[in-house]
Amino acid sequence: MTTLTRNASPAEHSVRRPLKRRGQSDLKIALFFIAPAMIGFIVFYLVPTLRGIYLSFTEYNILGDPTWIGTANYEAIGKDPLFWNALAVTTQYVLINIVLQTALALGLALLMHRVAKSTLIRGTLLLPYLMANVIAALLWFWLLDYQIGIVNYFIDALGMPKVAFFGSEEWAIPTQALINTWRHMGYTALLIFAGLQAIPHHVYEVANLDGASPWQTFRKITLPLLRPVLALVLIVTIIGSFQVFDTVAVTTQGGPVNASRVLQFYIYQKAFTESDFGYGSALAVILFVILALVAFIQMKFLKGNESDLD
Amino acid sequence: MNKKKALGSLAAAAAAVLALSACGNGGSAEAGKGEINYWLWDANQLPAYKQCADDFHKANPDITVKITQRGWDDYWGTLTNGFVAGTAPDVFTDHLSKYPEFVKNKQILALDDAVKKDNIDTGSYNSGLADLWVGQDGKRYGLPKDWDTIALFYNTKLAADAGVTPQQMAALTWNPQDGGTYEKTIAHLTVGKNGKRGDEAGFDKNNVAVYGLGLNGSGSGQGQTEWSYLTGTTGWTHTDKNPWGTHFNYDDAKFQQSIDWFAGLAQKGYMPKLETTVGASMADTFAAGKSVINANGSWMIGQYTGYKDVQVGIAPTPTGPDGKRSSMYNGLADSIYAGTKKPEAATKWVEYLGSAACQDVVAAKAVVFPAIKSSADKAVDAFKAKGVDVTPFSQQVKDGTTFLFPIADKAAKVDGIMKPAMDAVVSGKAPASSLTQANDQVNALFK
Repeated sequence: MTTLTRNASPAEHSVRRPLKRRGQSDLKIALFFIAPAMIGFIVFYLVPTLRGIYLSFTEYNILGDPTWIGTANYEAIGKDPLFWNALAVTTQYVLINIVLQTALALGLALLMHRVAKSTLIRGTLLLPYLMANVIAALLWFWLLDYQIGIVNYFIDALGMPKVAFFGSEEWAIPTQALINTWRHMGYTALLIFAGLQAIPHHVYEVANLDGASPWQTFRKITLPLLRPVLALVLIVTIIGSFQVFDTVAVTTQGGPVNASRVLQFYIYQKAFTESDFGYGSALAVILFVILALVAFIQMKFLKGNESDLD
Repeated sequence: MNKKKALGSLAAAAAAVLALSACGNGGSAEAGKGEINYWLWDANQLPAYKQCADDFHKANPDITVKITQRGWDDYWGTLTNGFVAGTAPDVFTDHLSKYPEFVKNKQILALDDAVKKDNIDTGSYNSGLADLWVGQDGKRYGLPKDWDTIALFYNTKLAADAGVTPQQMAALTWNPQDGGTYEKTIAHLTVGKNGKRGDEAGFDKNNVAVYGLGLNGSGSGQGQTEWSYLTGTTGWTHTDKNPWGTHFNYDDAKFQQSIDWFAGLAQKGYMPKLETTVGASMADTFAAGKSVINANGSWMIGQYTGYKDVQVGIAPTPTGPDGKRSSMYNGLADSIYAGTKKPEAATKWVEYLGSAACQDVVAAKAVVFPAIKSSADKAVDAFKAKGVDVTPFSQQVKDGTTFLFPIADKAAKVDGIMKPAMDAVVSGKAPASSLTQANDQVNALFK
């Protein structure tokens, strides 16, 4: 990312001039090359999104025909305690997941950058990410099982009370947030690591000459110069985190009571289990708006589209 | 501007492609011939139905049946997708909690004409089973294939260690106030880590090695295997009428008292806490010797009796305040997809599945109880030949102490409300009186 931004200005000049000369004739060729991605975008994103927005104003059970009911779904959602519960539960999940994941990933990335130069070790960090979400969730579901899980076996052997990691309302969300932190932190670390590599070495040399402590170097040089990459990483991971679904679906399914009924699972429950596609679509539109807002605020706040290196 | 136009035409083209592909499956072959698809979810029954399909093909050489088995969790979602896409199987195993919605959305065919034309005797099925599949419109949407009831599986070794005899297990009584001999037995069968039994001084309810009663879950709104065999003996019913009730009774004092008693077992340490049951199944923990009595359905006989080195006895559910036992009585049936291109062949197959010829084959495999009376008796014998006495299950049907699975519209929405509400009560987070509010929510669905 940073590399691109840094070299942007000279590159722009050299490309822009011939482009002006050719003008209109390029459109066809451009469309030809854009078409594969564009068709995929239209068929799999644009049309379903527009249809979802339309369905959110209807009552639709998938087997019949949608009936237009205006904003009734949205009014019902405002009064739906389970929606507000889902919002709170999802936020709790995102907070635990993102804070831990980003902190750990940043630490790992620094280690990769400074200490662990071996490709093998760097590769190993990615291993959990190569596992399918469902597999990772099921693996931990069994490891952490109350009755027959090995983790509780050791907890019990140490004389401590066993923990119902998935069964208790207090633990259900933190447990799942930790599982996904474990799965994603290697990948996040890799992204941050790429950002670290783009920071020019001479800045550190200067800092070293000026007698900056490692902590000062980290705070005054690494973090600010890493900001665009961190912003990107945060936007991508927060959006992903808000969409947590598979872990919940294969383990607690929203329970115990409503403790893990995250937004995506609630949408799924309404649309596919209770065949209320209109209501489910309205919930999905709300999630869409939330994610768009979160991304927008982050971009503004973290100034993710400009770098301090210029 | 240019860009937008291009986008628009591309979108239109894409829509046209979609529309074209949607009409791609027109044109029907001969309605009474060829291959028909049949779906079921229970893997244990697959061999029996494969046998039925082979026999059927021999009798009707121009029809082949292709059977697909899919686990319960994937079954209904895939089926709904099939309805929408027009690729649902011609015939599929149907459930009472699901078919009302299929009827409402016109996804399954009425079988009345076929039943009349081919002289199917709906009286040959165990009483009540055929009526379960008559919809609110008075039409028949399935031919019964099997039924199930509830009984108590228990670990005979652990029971003998506690001095509880099979005779005692067969003569348990229960009431919602003090739990009767049922609670006394459960307490006595419970063993703490310190070796003290649940009814002895020094029993530590927070350190239990073996629970007297296993727990499957909170039971949601039906409590089929969890508590319905108890609430059924108090005169309480789930709905105002069954089938097609439109008013639920979770606010009834009798019901809430029973549930309070049930949830109390976990507080007393006689039954695992609900939070500990997420994960490993009740049957598996039973096999690991962590609980002595498990109330469960007849479809689990094979699993319970199949564990190595675990001696399993089966006892009838306890006698309640009305002096009788009680068990929920559920029946499956086969339905025909409304979009089938071979309705005649599908009808033939459904009729064959509902006939004694196929149900005797199923009976011989000793996995479930077939719907036809004579076939069900054969299944009891087949179980006996395997060394399993299943009369605790069949006796309830013979004695007429069963009540039907509650069939109502909007089952999924009722479940969406009742599952969290019951979870909260059984986990001890809320008193049973909180179910009154949930009941109001449920009943509001029918207004």
